[in-house]
Amino acid sequence: MKNPLMLLLCTFLLIAIAAFLLAPVALTVVNSLMTEREIMANYRMLGKSDSSLFVNMKWIPDWVSFQQYSNVLIETSVFLRLYWNSVYMSASIIVGQAAVSVLAAFAFGKLRFPGRDPLFFLYLITMVMPFQVTLVPNYMMVDRLGLLNSYSSIILPSVFGAFGVFLLRQFMLHIHSAYMEAARMDGAGYFRIFLSVVLPMVKPGIAALVVLLFADYWNMVEQPLIFLEDPGLQPLSIFLSRIQEEALGVSFAASVVYMIPMVLLFLSAEPYFIQGVQLSGVKG
Amino acid sequence: MKMHRLAYKEAGVAFAFLAPSLIGFAVFYLIPFGQNIVISFQGRLEGEGLTLASYRELFQSSSFQKAAANTFWFTAISVPTLIVLSLALAMLLNQRVFLRNWLRTAYVLPLVVPAASIVMVWQILFDWNGVLNAIWNDWGMSRQDWIKSDWASLVLLLIYIWKYVGYNIILFLAGLQNIPEQYYEIADLEGAGPVRKLLQITLTYLTPTTVLIVLMSVLNSFKMFRETYLLTGDYPYDRIYMMQHYMNNMFLSLDIHKLSAAAVVMAVGILALVAVLFRTERAFSSFME
Repeated sequence: MKNPLMLLLCTFLLIAIAAFLLAPVALTVVNSLMTEREIMANYRMLGKSDSSLFVNMKWIPDWVSFQQYSNVLIETSVFLRLYWNSVYMSASIIVGQAAVSVLAAFAFGKLRFPGRDPLFFLYLITMVMPFQVTLVPNYMMVDRLGLLNSYSSIILPSVFGAFGVFLLRQFMLHIHSAYMEAARMDGAGYFRIFLSVVLPMVKPGIAALVVLLFADYWNMVEQPLIFLEDPGLQPLSIFLSRIQEEALGVSFAASVVYMIPMVLLFLSAEPYFIQGVQLSGVKG
Repeated sequence: MKMHRLAYKEAGVAFAFLAPSLIGFAVFYLIPFGQNIVISFQGRLEGEGLTLASYRELFQSSSFQKAAANTFWFTAISVPTLIVLSLALAMLLNQRVFLRNWLRTAYVLPLVVPAASIVMVWQILFDWNGVLNAIWNDWGMSRQDWIKSDWASLVLLLIYIWKYVGYNIILFLAGLQNIPEQYYEIADLEGAGPVRKLLQITLTYLTPTTVLIVLMSVLNSFKMFRETYLLTGDYPYDRIYMMQHYMNNMFLSLDIHKLSAAAVVMAVGILALVAVLFRTERAFSSFME
């Protein structure tokens, strides 16, 4: 397409679509800056099928206020406690899976041993299984270990998820063997090669893994529903839908506070995110 | 002989690096899934031999049928829709449009927004008293309960596209950028029209990418349970009662036999899909040679 007018039209079309995609996020942010009173006035009829009123969706608050934020963060202690649950579980899973996977990926990507390819194939197959399949074996083992209704019931199976091994192996395959050979000539052992040659080169891969895992586990819903009975242990994702029913007035600020870490991490590490998605898409 | 010892050493080192992952993977995935398979064929009574009773019960259960049919149809309709849309957008973005990187970021952003954070917006739009009904009403049409009627699958489809279109665009963009520019130049010299170029160059060379995107999109369509659950709770409208809802109920009643059977059935379904996709890709590569 070389016609500049066509390009301009294309750009406008793409911008319009982007605006549509971003509108829900923007609406949440705008609503979070309204006072509770205004939120109630605009949205109190939500979920009431006997009401004949319609919601009053507005893009500009009558009065910009941080009242919702202060109420959520200061006055509702349960919000911060569940927020911490989300942070604690996601962080443990990410650190655990990254550490375990980088070791395994080195073996799969850079070393030779009998049974390597069939074993890796098993990891691959497990990776493409949806939650509906893997949650059942996870549940059986977690139950047997007596871990149900504890953080470990979610953290442990996720640490050993196959995705990290797969993604980091993809990155390892791109490291030229010549680097390793050179280190070996210098008399470095395998562990030394791993630490001082491979690990520094695979840093972007680890960054990509961290962003992708965070996006996934920060948003978890399936596992806590099944593994955690105690409402005090739940991550924020489950609790937010309850806030939305019981405390509509502050729910938008709660939503924004919940999405902020993920969105900021994404915006600051976008190249890694894109690279991670694309590399997990190249066949291995 | 020396080579031999070196190979042994390398294998030993490899297993040492592999050990933490392999132990955990075996404990939480491989071994219990093996047990799942066994349990799914076991009778409920002590000392009973292998039987297909759990599978028979599963397939006869009306809620399983409903969940499986809903999940299947949702996937069968939403995945092709999403793929066509995202391919079209990726091809537009692949032109030298202005603000290209900004646009790409904007398209991907919904992927990282947690489902729970955005559920309120879907309610504002699709509720009985929501924005869509307000517009509908202005146009003189009667209100619909979008989330609690047959329209619910359409609402889910929109959310699915909203969330995953950017993801597929990134993957398609990578595929498009791998097609050498010369192919198009040669086609231009031979006087090929735009349709022929689309079919014979773009779509043909995108086959491996598309195979992967189909698989990822299917997996992502199963994840739509999150939105469904947060929007409608444990008991949604019949049309959007998904496999994960069914499994959750089985977890609640601790029916481990049916759960195992359901997990095995789904695993077989995914394996079949992977096999078909793999074949497609192989056919493609032999065609390329």
